Amino acid sequence: MPIDKFTVLESSYVPLPIENVDTDQIIPARFLKATSREGFGENLFRDWRFNPDGSANEDFVLNDSKYSGQILVAGKNFGSGSSREHAAWAVHDYGFKVVVSSFFADIFRNNALNNGVLPVVVSPEFLSKVFAAVEADNNQKLVVDLEEQSISLNGEKEEFEINPYKKNCLLNGFDDIDYLLDKKENIEEFEK
Amino acid sequence: MEPKTLFDKVWDAHVVEKIDGGPSVLYIDKHLIHEVTSPQAFAGLEARGLKVFRPEKTVATPDHNIPTVNQHLKIEDDLSRNQVETLTANCKKNDITLYGLNHPKNGIVHVVGPELGHTQPGMTMVCGDSHTSTHGAFGAVAFGIGTSEVEMVLATQCILQPKPKKMRITINGELQKGVTAKDLTLYVIAQLGTGGATGYFVEYAGSAVRNLTMEGRMTVCNMSIEMGARGGMIAPDETTFEYVKGREFAPKGEDWDKVLAKWKELKTDEGAVFDKEYTFKAEDIEPMLTYGTNPGMGTGISGNIPTAEEVEVSELPTFKKSLEYMGFGLGDKLLGKKVDYVFVGSCTNGRIEDLRMLASLVKGKRKADSVTAWIVPGSKQVEKQAQEEGLVEILEEAGFELRQPGCSACLAMNDDKVPAGKYSVSTSNRNFEGRQGPGSRTLLASPLTAAAAAVTGVITDPRELF
Repeated sequence: MPIDKFTVLESSYVPLPIENVDTDQIIPARFLKATSREGFGENLFRDWRFNPDGSANEDFVLNDSKYSGQILVAGKNFGSGSSREHAAWAVHDYGFKVVVSSFFADIFRNNALNNGVLPVVVSPEFLSKVFAAVEADNNQKLVVDLEEQSISLNGEKEEFEINPYKKNCLLNGFDDIDYLLDKKENIEEFEK
Repeated sequence: MEPKTLFDKVWDAHVVEKIDGGPSVLYIDKHLIHEVTSPQAFAGLEARGLKVFRPEKTVATPDHNIPTVNQHLKIEDDLSRNQVETLTANCKKNDITLYGLNHPKNGIVHVVGPELGHTQPGMTMVCGDSHTSTHGAFGAVAFGIGTSEVEMVLATQCILQPKPKKMRITINGELQKGVTAKDLTLYVIAQLGTGGATGYFVEYAGSAVRNLTMEGRMTVCNMSIEMGARGGMIAPDETTFEYVKGREFAPKGEDWDKVLAKWKELKTDEGAVFDKEYTFKAEDIEPMLTYGTNPGMGTGISGNIPTAEEVEVSELPTFKKSLEYMGFGLGDKLLGKKVDYVFVGSCTNGRIEDLRMLASLVKGKRKADSVTAWIVPGSKQVEKQAQEEGLVEILEEAGFELRQPGCSACLAMNDDKVPAGKYSVSTSNRNFEGRQGPGSRTLLASPLTAAAAAVTGVITDPRELF
């Protein structure tokens, strides 16, 4: 799957100040029955977003028209649990290009990167400020600059880490399989 | 030579090349697939016009999304049936060994791998399932991957992976009677927290780990992901070799002697350095139970749910939200709380020893009428063995029945769903909100603790029933 190129994103954001948001909340198992990658955004945060009768849960942030944007900001340890890539597909399909948190689970982080969704790790202090800022002004924006590896809130800037290989992939829209296919000879050599 | 950890030895031996400042190209010895996380990978492969590179290194079994009753009939749910049929078609097209539904070797992927001898010391193993860490019990580097990575392995038998940091968890001493491998792992996770090992690959060591059976070791390694670790492993020893020897896909004859000599080298050298170390005492561990909505929220069965003062202030809102979901209060005692469902099964505790534990406790007793119990063997082979050993008879006399193998209520993709608001004592691995069905409330425990709850209808210390 070729991924979208990512350079700079300026966007308002959706706050989800809950810790340990696990993959079963991002996309419950009963919605993993598809054999394609499309359409998972419909069921993103399904059991928080909708009541058991299928009506929208007005208390959930995705149903609150005050908040919008292509950036999701969540409490620490986002994406813990299952390896289901459907979680990253759901986040991407819903329209988020960046997830900001102070801590991500490993597999979710890899899956997000493999789908052109950028996980941005910020300090707990910065995260608190991001949550506070959107509470004061729900049109508050964040600027994420991949080339510079920075995220800014009202001019306050913090740098984030990403390995140079993955950074290059996202900047150019490359995926890992293309890279590995180029290495076939080395792989065959290794097998001997 | 610089001393190396067990993890380094296995990982380094599989690096095809290392990208500067980036991940390594890691060669995969064994790839396990199932129906839920593989279809999009095969579709991706097809879109690129590629064939599977090394089909003999991939093994398939449907498990996540299959019924646990009437497996001989057509799967009723269209989407589920389509997933299982897609797996069958993909395997056929690509010459991949498939243990399909009703095949005598079908079962949960992490139960099947070891019992057939696919899992061996020193291997690299991956599967589109986070509990692939199970296979680390054999001294393999085994971890869960996403579907894009499944596609990478199908296409090139390699994945790109950054090398994790290393952690060692040592548990010294001896586990007390009635305390199992599951309690050991739930104890460790409660100490470290649900994200406490994120970024690390764990090696388990110490006499309490050494004394575990292979199945106990699998339970411990299986749960590594529940504290965020990508995987967990245990150095192979006589217990391991004894288990692997003679299994269908294990090396035989001269080959066996050759691999055995290599496998004996698979241990952490003295003086090797870990990025982080923890040491615990086995004697401090009692039967464990979780009370919240992540596996790190656990306590000894005689303990209480923490009070507000015992929880970090910054974590209190999330903690309270979790207890509210569970219908529990701060400081509550767990013993005596009502139980509606009991689930014994899953890749964590669905093996023959788990069914033996269950049978040993319920023998001569009766299941409480108020409890619905689902006993789901991890594989066809486990099911067969349970019949041959007379466990099924013991269970039936006590009012339990065995269902057919599969992941079942561990993730509730099929019809095995715990209803909203009901309490389930479960031997599976996750107690997330809605994990066992929308609104379900899960308390993770060992097969013994689950058995005690099943016969009394309330949270009970299994040691009181011996």
